[in-house]
Order: sequence, then structure tokens, then C-alpha cells
Amino acid sequence: MKMLTLTEAKLLLREPLAFFWGLAFPVALLAVMGLSAGKVGGVPLVTVYEPIVIAFSAVAFGVQGLPVQVAAYRERRILRRLATTPAGPVRVVGAQLIVAMTVILTAAAAVIVVGRIGFAVPLPRQFAGTVAFALVAVLGTAAMLGLGLLIGAVAPTARTAGAAGTLLFFPLMFFAGLWTPQMSPELRHIGEFTPLGAAVQGLRASMAGAWPDPVTLAVLAACAIVCTAAAVRFFRWN
Amino acid sequence: MTAIEVEHLRKRYGAKVAVDDISFAVAEGEIFGLLGRNGAGKSTTVDCIAGLRRADSGRIRVAGLDPRRDRGEVRQLLGVQLQEADLPDKLTVAEAMRLYASFYARAADTAGLLDALDLTEKRNTRYRRLSGGQKQRLSIALALVGRPRIAILDGLTTGLDPVARRDTWALVNDIRNQGVTIMLVTHFMEEAERLCDRVAILDAGRVAAIGTPAELGRPSLEDTFVALTSRRVS
Repeated sequence: MKMLTLTEAKLLLREPLAFFWGLAFPVALLAVMGLSAGKVGGVPLVTVYEPIVIAFSAVAFGVQGLPVQVAAYRERRILRRLATTPAGPVRVVGAQLIVAMTVILTAAAAVIVVGRIGFAVPLPRQFAGTVAFALVAVLGTAAMLGLGLLIGAVAPTARTAGAAGTLLFFPLMFFAGLWTPQMSPELRHIGEFTPLGAAVQGLRASMAGAWPDPVTLAVLAACAIVCTAAAVRFFRWN
Repeated sequence: MTAIEVEHLRKRYGAKVAVDDISFAVAEGEIFGLLGRNGAGKSTTVDCIAGLRRADSGRIRVAGLDPRRDRGEVRQLLGVQLQEADLPDKLTVAEAMRLYASFYARAADTAGLLDALDLTEKRNTRYRRLSGGQKQRLSIALALVGRPRIAILDGLTTGLDPVARRDTWALVNDIRNQGVTIMLVTHFMEEAERLCDRVAILDAGRVAAIGTPAELGRPSLEDTFVALTSRRVS
């Protein structure tokens, strides 16, 4: 398992495009916001955008990257080949999940560090805020990976997996506030029931030192559990 | 002890019967050939023996074990080379060998195996950059890296040039001389004649003939094969 995980990590490091969209682009976006003097409701743009940028990373790796990877492994019979070895195909997918989780959380940490050092974005306040922030980040990542795994489980080819990921990107990121960071109360309320809307609101609350709304946590946990269970149930190995 | 036993194997996909009734036994230390046209049921039979598919009915034993119930043990002692199974594009030859070696309790020396398959020079080359023949040889190496007691080689020399083909035949003989039982799935009659102790010719999901190449090879194995299987397979 360790060797599989290391190998998958090494393979990901050889994909420059994944790093551009999952890491460099979000950090660059944050920097652009940091250089602007704009404010939303009295809060600097960069502070408003920090959770959104973290959500972007999670979508890029979880919903766009992971399913293509899993579907390609099936399509090219890499999973089938592994099914004849003692490793088995389940562990390969597990290794991909571990790597994706690590990368997303590392990207989130990088965004926080750049935001704090470069643009004086405040860190989550108090111990409770920090714990809540970490909890929302982990649950949000799990929700995105669950969704990605589900796409990868049922998409017949890498192409369809990529198309499905791109299709989901827009509504997910819309409710995360990528295009409209300041939403009407109605839209925000709807957004709370989408995984990334919930994640961004949860991250924002914990940055302000508040414990996130239980609905937020419930939405994220439900998305992670339901999607993962469905992926396990419907996974096509070949 | 019998290495592989297949008794009254049957498998259908919807209305299509892939394997109608196949029985054969491979003795330990033997090189056994599975011949047949496309669609004769070879791949389905291999899949069932490797535990990749569940048979509808019939009994399969690999070294006395059930490939689905005793999956863990069977995977340790059975090495399988599948047709058209890729590796990740950016994985190098040496990395693939190290990864696959890590799966097995008593793996072979990967350097020696790469040497035997003439891949040492390519050890740091990524999978995507390998030629068809090199990919094929790597796939053979991966099937053998776990030091299997039994190896199933499907499409062993497909895509290899004549020299590489001869080298691979010599390697298969070497491995057999070390006590490994080999099941060869092939289209090439010459390969079957040179390597196999016994062959089974499959036709439309059944065993049309079984015996030594000499027994079946009058006037030649290919003539027998064509005579037994030339009914149109729809």
C-alpha cells in the first residue's frame, strides 16, 4: 500500500497541468485579489476569496483530476492488470484517494500561508476557529473526493469522466461564490445546501472565530458519505 | 498435483454463450497451450482461472485452491500476463518492476528479470516511450516478478520481432525448467508446437481436441486447427 501510494504520488508530480490548475492558478488568483484594493461589505477582497480559492483547489484535484485518473485506469485495463496481483484494484483507488486528499490539504495550507504572509489575511481566530477550519477543510475535501470517486466509478471512459467533472465545476463553483462573492441572501441560502457553498460558508465562519452552522457540517458529511457509498456500490472494475 | 483444473466451465454474457462446456487439466511443470480463434472462449476461460470473472457453473482449481474463494493465496502463486493491459504512461520500467515486486511475499530479483528480457537499457524509460515489443516484454516480466508457481501468458509473443520471439521462447523454457507450470494462450501454431507439451483447441466455447502437438499435428498442427475450427464463428 505504501509503495502504491508513493508511486501514485510520483505519477502526480509528473503532471504539470494538475499543479497549474490545482495549485498555481488558485494561488495566483489569490494574489491578484490581494493586489486589488477592492472590498466586499467592508472586507478586503483577498480575505473574501481565500476560502473560495481553497474550494477551487478541491474541485480541480477532486472532481476534475481524480475521476479522469480512475476512469483512465479502468479504460486502459490498468485496474484489471492489478486485479490479478495480490495488491488488487481497491488498494490502487485507495492510494489515489490518499494522494488527492494530501495534495488538496497541502494546497489549502499553501493558500493560507500565502494569504497570511503576502496579504495579511487573518488566520482563523482562537483555538475553536482553527479546529473548525480544519474540520470544514477535511470534510469539504472528503465531499469533493466522494463526488470525484462517484464520477470515476461510473464514467465509462476518461473523456466522459472529464466532461462530467467540467460540467459539475460550474454549479459547484457558482455556489462557492467564484463569480459572485457577494450573493443575495436567497442564493446564499440555496448555496448552503450545495457542498462547496457549505464549505466556503463554513470556512468563512471559522475564520471569523465562529463555530460553523451544523447544517454546513451535515451537508458536507452527507455529500462525502452518500457519494462514497454510491461509488463503492456502482464501481465498474472493467 | 494438478496445477490447473477446469471442469465443465460455463459462462454466458446475456444471451451469448462464451464458454459452453470446457474441461481440461494442466499438470504441474507442464507447458500447456490454449488455442482457438477469436471468440472461441480463451479469454473468458483465462479470466475465470485468474478469478477476474465468476463462472456460471463448473469447478476451477489453481494448485487446489478456488480462485475466487481463496483469492489472496491464488494471487500470490499465479502470475498472469493479460492482453492489452497497459501501465500508467509516465511510470518507468524500473518503477513498474519495483511496484509489482512489492506486492509479492517472495519477489524475484528485478534486475535479473529485466536482464533476461533485455530491458536493462530501458529501465529508466517511461512506459509511453517504449516500443510495442518492449511493452510486451515488460508485461511478461511483471507476470513473473512474483516468482509464480503457475504462469498464464496470454498473447506471449504478440508484436515481437522474430529475434525477440525466439528469446522469449527460450525464457519460457528456462522458467519451466525452474519448475513453473505455464499456460500459454496463443494464435501461433509454431509457438505451440515448439513450446507446449500439450494443447487444447477450443471452438465455440468447447474443447474440440486435446493432446500433444505431435498427436494433433498430422499433417500439421495448423491443419488440424483449421479443420476443427473453420466453421464460421458468428
